[in-house]
Amino acid sequence: MFTEIDTVTLDDPAADRPALKPWREKTRTRGKSVNSANGNRETRTEWVSHVRRIRDAQDQAAFAELFQHFAPRIKAFLIKSGSDAALAEECAQEVMATLWHKAHMFDPTRATVATWVFTIARNKRIDVLRKQRRPEPEDLGWGPEAEPEQDDVVALQQETAQLRDAMAALPAAQRELIEKAYFGDLSHREIASQTGLPLGTIKSRIRLALDRLRHAMN
Amino acid sequence: MSTEIKHHLTDDLLMAYAAGTLPEAFDLMVATHLSLCDHCRARAESFEAVGGCVLQEQDGTANMSDGSLAATMALIAKGAPIAKPVRAGCSVLPAPLQDYVGGDVNSIKWRSIGMGVKQAILPTTSEATARLLFIPAGAAVPDHSHNGMELTMVLQGAFSDEVDHFARGDVEIADEDLHHMPTADFSEDCICLAVTDAPLKFTKMMPRLFQPFLRI
Repeated sequence: MFTEIDTVTLDDPAADRPALKPWREKTRTRGKSVNSANGNRETRTEWVSHVRRIRDAQDQAAFAELFQHFAPRIKAFLIKSGSDAALAEECAQEVMATLWHKAHMFDPTRATVATWVFTIARNKRIDVLRKQRRPEPEDLGWGPEAEPEQDDVVALQQETAQLRDAMAALPAAQRELIEKAYFGDLSHREIASQTGLPLGTIKSRIRLALDRLRHAMN
Repeated sequence: MSTEIKHHLTDDLLMAYAAGTLPEAFDLMVATHLSLCDHCRARAESFEAVGGCVLQEQDGTANMSDGSLAATMALIAKGAPIAKPVRAGCSVLPAPLQDYVGGDVNSIKWRSIGMGVKQAILPTTSEATARLLFIPAGAAVPDHSHNGMELTMVLQGAFSDEVDHFARGDVEIADEDLHHMPTADFSEDCICLAVTDAPLKFTKMMPRLFQPFLRI
């Protein structure tokens, strides 16, 4: 089933820089059409401002909209990971509460809101379902930080939209394999390097954000 | 900070870390490496983006019960959980390891395993084992091979084996086919984090006899 479909090339550090510039120009020109052509996509970029409204004004209306969209997805994700419905419900509420409390830590130049919510839900699953601690890398999100550039936010959100489109375009069997790997019922060998997802550009974007953060800290 | 790291983690380890399906000991290895290596951190975060897409686009959602939003607001009103104190950066042990050791290198509770080599087993779930290894400058760890996968990351000093030379942040990934005898550089004592998903097999008789007692 998995033959030589080429590949993520995340491994090559040298691939970082060259990919960046041409890509950046491309997204700039693409920006407007994406927003007008695809309402869904626009909605998803909007979640960033919802999180900011929670961070800056404890905005309960913004939270209610986020809750309505994400809580049923978190609950479904946990059920597919082996939880019963009652525990999944409880965990989904806790994940959403964490989103509220950690709104100030969300960095939209490194993740979409969906990605960020996924990481919180994943950690909840490890804690509650697998009863394991979750070691996390050293936090870079402290110290004096400027508000991120809007261009960088939009670029990351758009790249993730491209990733989503690429996943939607995968043959069903491959997409199912990826989903199972993330729901936790499958080993990851082979999946990572053979799905041909456009992860290289996202990686470059995140790398740039990390470099900036390191620079700001020094 | 991470420019000198030559030996990185594989895509399948980073994807499994992002998905949250690794044994705890391997999570600890990945988190420690990512603390030193922005290249792999960016790769791991892009695998998290795949997870975000899976969460977002999955077939079917599960209805929340009536009153779940109000229940969540009540949960929020109880206040944020107490944040962990941030450990100081720029030490020998990156923050995730310090959480397991309870401090930096001075807090490691070493046990001798012979010939100057010392180890400290870290408290993780039993599916896999994480331990810190201390190899005196110029000394070697006995020749051994592995039943499963062994990852070794340098935290201080450096070592060489049949494969290459490994310095701070570098990860050696060894499987069943590799027999190796890591030897520390002469310049400095070497401290490594080593993670295995099965016990090591020593090639020489004596270490094999001791293996059940030493848990290596």
